[in-house]
Amino acid sequence: MIVNGKEIVLQKESSIMEFLEKEGYDPTKVAVEKNGIIVPKIKFETEMLSDIDKMEIVCFVGGG
Amino acid sequence: MIPNREEYESMMAARHTPAVHNKLKEGKVAVAGLGGLGSNISVMLAQAGVGKLLLVDFDVVELSNLNRQHYDLTHLGMLKTDALKKQIEKINPFIETETGTLKVTEENVMTVFNDYPIVCEAFDNPQYKAMLVNALLAQGGQTIVAASGMAGFDSANNIKTRQRFKNLYVCGDFKTPVQEGSGLMAPRVAVCAAHQANMVLRLLLNIEKA
Repeated sequence: MIVNGKEIVLQKESSIMEFLEKEGYDPTKVAVEKNGIIVPKIKFETEMLSDIDKMEIVCFVGGG
Repeated sequence: MIPNREEYESMMAARHTPAVHNKLKEGKVAVAGLGGLGSNISVMLAQAGVGKLLLVDFDVVELSNLNRQHYDLTHLGMLKTDALKKQIEKINPFIETETGTLKVTEENVMTVFNDYPIVCEAFDNPQYKAMLVNALLAQGGQTIVAASGMAGFDSANNIKTRQRFKNLYVCGDFKTPVQEGSGLMAPRVAVCAAHQANMVLRLLLNIEKA
């Protein structure tokens, strides 16, 4: 699957939430697009990822 | 001597060219958060002659804001919405400035920003940044120009504008959070604010490329 333009291999089937946590993202500080469609936070637990998916993760850091 | 509307308009058209000036004059832009980013973005958009601005913040101006935010000693204790509106009226009295003195929540995002096709995310807290961006994108139809990573005094050249989703642009270095030894300072905050303001102008001029 492609995450932020980079190809990666999914080790096992996982939800967006599991993927974010495994990769060290704080799910409360991100916006996620899967195959060009925004994924609302309430779907992070149920939306599953597969190797054909393309995901963009925008992570926000503090300051403004 | 205060110029009248006609004098101001003709100066702006001469500076920016009539075509650019007229497009910007029709622009409607909301700024969410009036701290270091939002106060500077708003002033720049007013200077550029963007016709209608919505300024949103619940907070008052504090001494600790003066190192980077577009306020001065006379504004201490004032609502940021009022303090900024006053300044903008002194820069360009011929644009419309609406204020929203409120805390943005997931529930009120739609009603607050509904009339504005472009929204600048200029919050400080990363959870609120994500909340606003997610709520606006879920609704659809608006373009968001957000910010992430502008603390400290690392090279200003590392601050960029990137289009991340179709309707989401993010400005910043994307990595430097506020932390011990890397606080928010005027130059990089202003650089990031300028990136956001410039992207807004580009969008108003129908240029989608970051």
